[in-house]
Amino acid sequence: MEAKTLVLGVIGADVHAVGNKILEIALTEAGFNVVNLGVLVSQKEFVEAALETNADAILVSSLYGHAEIDARGLREALIEAGIGDILMYIGGYLVVGNQDWSEVEAKFKQLGFDRVYPPSTLPEDFIPTLREDLGM
Amino acid sequence: MNRTLVLVDIGSTFTKVTAVDTGQARILAQSSAPTTIQDVSIGLKNALQGLGLTAEELRQARKLACSSAAGGLRMVAIGLVQDLTAKAAKLAALGAGARVLNTYSFQLTEADREEIIELGPDIILLAGGTDGGNSENILHNARVLASLPQPLPVVIAGNRSVAKEVAACFPEEFSTYIAPNVMPQIGKLQVDPAREVIRRVFMEKIIYAKGLDKAERWIDGIFMPTPAAVLRAGQLLSEGTAANPGWGDLIIVDVGGATTDVHSLGTGLPSRAGVVLRGLPEPFAKRTVEGDLGVRVSVLSLLEAVGVDALVQETRWTREEVESRAQLLHSQPEVLPQNQAEAAFDRALARQAVRHAVGRHVGHLSELYTPAGLVWVQEGKDLSQVTTVIGTGGVLVKSDDPLAALEGAGKQADAPLELRPERPEFYLDGDYILAAMGLLAQEEPEAALEILKNSLSNYKLCGEGTIVG
Ligand code: B12
Repeated sequence: MEAKTLVLGVIGADVHAVGNKILEIALTEAGFNVVNLGVLVSQKEFVEAALETNADAILVSSLYGHAEIDARGLREALIEAGIGDILMYIGGYLVVGNQDWSEVEAKFKQLGFDRVYPPSTLPEDFIPTLREDLGM
Repeated sequence: MNRTLVLVDIGSTFTKVTAVDTGQARILAQSSAPTTIQDVSIGLKNALQGLGLTAEELRQARKLACSSAAGGLRMVAIGLVQDLTAKAAKLAALGAGARVLNTYSFQLTEADREEIIELGPDIILLAGGTDGGNSENILHNARVLASLPQPLPVVIAGNRSVAKEVAACFPEEFSTYIAPNVMPQIGKLQVDPAREVIRRVFMEKIIYAKGLDKAERWIDGIFMPTPAAVLRAGQLLSEGTAANPGWGDLIIVDVGGATTDVHSLGTGLPSRAGVVLRGLPEPFAKRTVEGDLGVRVSVLSLLEAVGVDALVQETRWTREEVESRAQLLHSQPEVLPQNQAEAAFDRALARQAVRHAVGRHVGHLSELYTPAGLVWVQEGKDLSQVTTVIGTGGVLVKSDDPLAALEGAGKQADAPLELRPERPEFYLDGDYILAAMGLLAQEEPEAALEILKNSLSNYKLCGEGTIVG
């Protein structure tokens, strides 16, 4: 079977590069075709990269506490571009301070993310789920 | 060993020929004659006669040619996303020396199809999708193009996985050429192979369509679009050869009546620490063409782009004077300045064309405020450290003060974030040899480089438009 293509990036004005690099390495090792957009990635760049590469999923990172503002509208932009049903995850430090996780999760699901991951999620914590969601 | 080569440039108005002795790396003679578009061989013969070579010398000399006659190489570039494969396709076509009539993204519509018929390009460059990426879009577009009433050469440089399928969409009368993807991965630009394929198609097909083949029996080889030859000369001058170092990063500006071309040679990577690079990487040899910035046919769009006030300020004419002179130059492009004031007006036009064309060509910085403070973001090429800026084309070469016009390429006080040359030195292509040396570079790069360096050094511009010899 052909490798599934993932688009990866840290959204908004966020420069935390380490986790993004680790995800790239882990996901590539796990056999995915990884398109890593790096840090400081705009919504437009996520949408366009997913479109050109015919991606199967988008993995958004946000570490600096502004995830909600940065990610709002991304699902709508994907719908606009004709790839609205693409699988989409988000992870990192999504909010400032210790907020109730179930509320955080609900908020981001409402923004159109299929799965939402808390801080310190390791690659092995979510890769099996990702495979499942992609029907692998 | 002495070897005589003749380099031919069949332009839209003049056919220029340059004879060089490659053994001694020097120009032997130059001549020109009006281009005869019905049969270009007549103008070519006239120009060759002006060289003063004997019939035998002329027969023995190897002759290479480039051309921008009959509208030059006219192309349409097509991709998927405007800022990704469509942009890459446009860059590839420009680098091949084409005039890009329009660039299309996403699925071609019926209106787009009609527009393409109207534009009547010589070649279509069809891209879309990274390798292994989106394939629907390029297939859709291929089917739309396959129904064009007039068969055309199509260069396919999109998603590799479906390249053959895309080619198969076209009926036999279309000639299709498969080139490597202009953007095999997101963020990876690969324009050189497609550029080469386009040049080959130009040589194999387009010169016949344009009647340039009539000159073919006078020519021994390499028929390329003139702008491609200029870019090649720039590349040689920048990179040098194994034995002879080049001049490093440089910019070439060609101001014309209809367009202003800018070529840059250089990686354009950030020159300052801590700058984050964003957007599509750009080619080392980059060419842009500004169809609205010209000093004759396009003078009205030039005024629109730069604002009448800019010219009022520079010339101290009234708005009415500026506008009526522009109208005149637009409707009668052959009009030449008759007095100081009119010459100054031409100079101001050229300066504005250079200024805006370079501004659009170079990258720019923007400030991004993040929770951690300011981050500098660069998009496009940083050409701030480029020290060599060369002016070419009739408008600049004939100008009485080319320096004044070329200075429009340097740092501009009101546009501090444009990554323009900060400490440029200006040169003029006073012998009209850039295109010729681009041709020669294909066969005798050492001689071409030597001639380029010598000629340009003779036309170094400094202060008050003087030339230091
Ligand atoms: C190093 C660092 C920086 C460096 C970054 C250098 C660089 N270029 O990478 C610098 C100094 C620049 C920096 C700046 C800032 N930082 Co900082 N930084 C850190 C720090 C110490 C480590 C981050 C790191 O590299 N972690 C290691 C990697 C491997 O982990 P990770 O990024 O979390 O990624 C893993 C997982 O989260 C997960 N993951 C990530 N994304 C995704 C996505 C999906 C879909 C999934 C499934 C999983 C997943 O997988 C990764 C691998 O396991 C953290 C604190 C911490 N210990 O985490 C703070 C931290 C992230 N920074 C923080 C803050 C606030 C900032 C600043 C705003 C201000 C400041 N205090 O300096 C600025 C913001 C700058 C900007 N514009 O982005 C806060 C964020 C708070 C919040 N969100 O509530 C943190 C948590 C520190 C804190 N406790 O206050 N920072």
